[in-house]
Amino acid sequence: MNALLQVRKVTKSYGDRVGCADVSFDLWPGEVMGVVGESGSGKSTLLACLSGQMAPDRGAVIYDTRDRGPMDVLAMSEPERRMLMRTDWALVHQTPRDGLRMGVSAGGNVGERLMAVGARHYGDIRARAVDWLGRVEIAADRVDDPPSAFSGGMQQRLQIARNLVTGPRLVFMDEPTGGLDVSVQARLLDLLRGLVREMGLSAVIVTHDLAVVRLLADRLMVMKDGRVVEAGLTDQVLDDPQHGYTQLLVSSVLQV
Amino acid sequence: MIEVEGLGKRFVLHNQGGAVIEVMAGAHLRVGRGECVALTGASGAGKSTLMRMIHGNYRATEGRIEVAGVDVAGAEPREIIKLRRERLGHVSQFLRVVPRVPAREVVAEPLLALGVARDQALGRAEALLKRLNIPEALWDLSPTTFSGGEQQRVNIARGFVHDFPVLLLDEPTASLDPGNREVVLSLIEEAKARGAAILGIFHDAEARARVCDREVDVGAFTPARGAA
Repeated sequence: MNALLQVRKVTKSYGDRVGCADVSFDLWPGEVMGVVGESGSGKSTLLACLSGQMAPDRGAVIYDTRDRGPMDVLAMSEPERRMLMRTDWALVHQTPRDGLRMGVSAGGNVGERLMAVGARHYGDIRARAVDWLGRVEIAADRVDDPPSAFSGGMQQRLQIARNLVTGPRLVFMDEPTGGLDVSVQARLLDLLRGLVREMGLSAVIVTHDLAVVRLLADRLMVMKDGRVVEAGLTDQVLDDPQHGYTQLLVSSVLQV
Repeated sequence: MIEVEGLGKRFVLHNQGGAVIEVMAGAHLRVGRGECVALTGASGAGKSTLMRMIHGNYRATEGRIEVAGVDVAGAEPREIIKLRRERLGHVSQFLRVVPRVPAREVVAEPLLALGVARDQALGRAEALLKRLNIPEALWDLSPTTFSGGEQQRVNIARGFVHDFPVLLLDEPTASLDPGNREVVLSLIEEAKARGAAILGIFHDAEARARVCDREVDVGAFTPARGAA
């Protein structure tokens, strides 16, 4: 079995400032990896480099494609990379507005991604859109409403449906529960956990919320100043942190 | 099934002047199939620390830990994840779950993670909840709202829902009434009978005497303080 994603020494600078430096890891099928660190630690830069939104200065991102095996994503042609991002990959943005088309109906938002991979039959597309809205707990009678008429939590669930409808194997998530009420967060976490298990998804989740990674991620990477300072099993890193920065991070969480 | 040799643990507190705390040295034990071994020793002797290292939750500073053929101290995270999913069960003292997930789902989850069909997993979860006297009216509610004793029984059900070949039990009978305590002790006896290797912490001396074949005094592995 190949690793689904092999990340090798990914480095990105903004002039003199380090975005992320020498980040390497392997992600295996079915694994969820959390990336934590404070604002400016480089976790969002890393996610942008991994998910093809930004070109790193150095390094390699090797993805095990369905038909051609491991390929360097950075060396792919633009159409190849776009196809990969529409079919096998999904990107869930922190702000649903960045991942949704606000002027298109909820059903249209989900159907659009199906059409991008070749679905043409209107009835099938609509049926699959309704099915997916149901899976993310959006009632069928809201299918024709635009996302602008939805609450923040619903918009986030719609974004997830739009992303997962094509059956991707790898999902990148940037603060997926950020900006949501805690009660809405819990529901979203449960939904994501169920989907990860049922679809056998692998995921990279960037967040600053340690409670989210504890419940969602199998493995954890801690970043500071663009570098990975510690990595391991999530519960091991949180319960027995080795690096001074991780110890500070864990001991700074308010207990409720 | 569990083999521990020359195991040591040291905590280094980087934000407290790099204080070094030696908590364990030269720990060793073995647990075979169908055997239940109790960890004993005063509070603070390191019983939980040892259990956590065997579970892969704490890193070993030195020494060897082998569980069901996996070198826990040196394994990659994904090997530990696989070990925990398939072979190493753990009943902790506290239930940690996603809020709002119903009790029956919480209990069925280890089976669902193994790919067991949903109906079958939920059926087995329900049978265990029933056996542990969790009223049916609570099955669809999140255990975060349950009493301490109920949460603990949900935790136990979750630990026994899959026939793990190795089980770690941290105070499985604490805060249980006599009826439920009896159920838990029978679950342990049944697990032994099917060949599970069990390592546990039991403050309840009577329970320990009934289900445990041997005791290991963790106090013997406590390093002399100040010697380090």
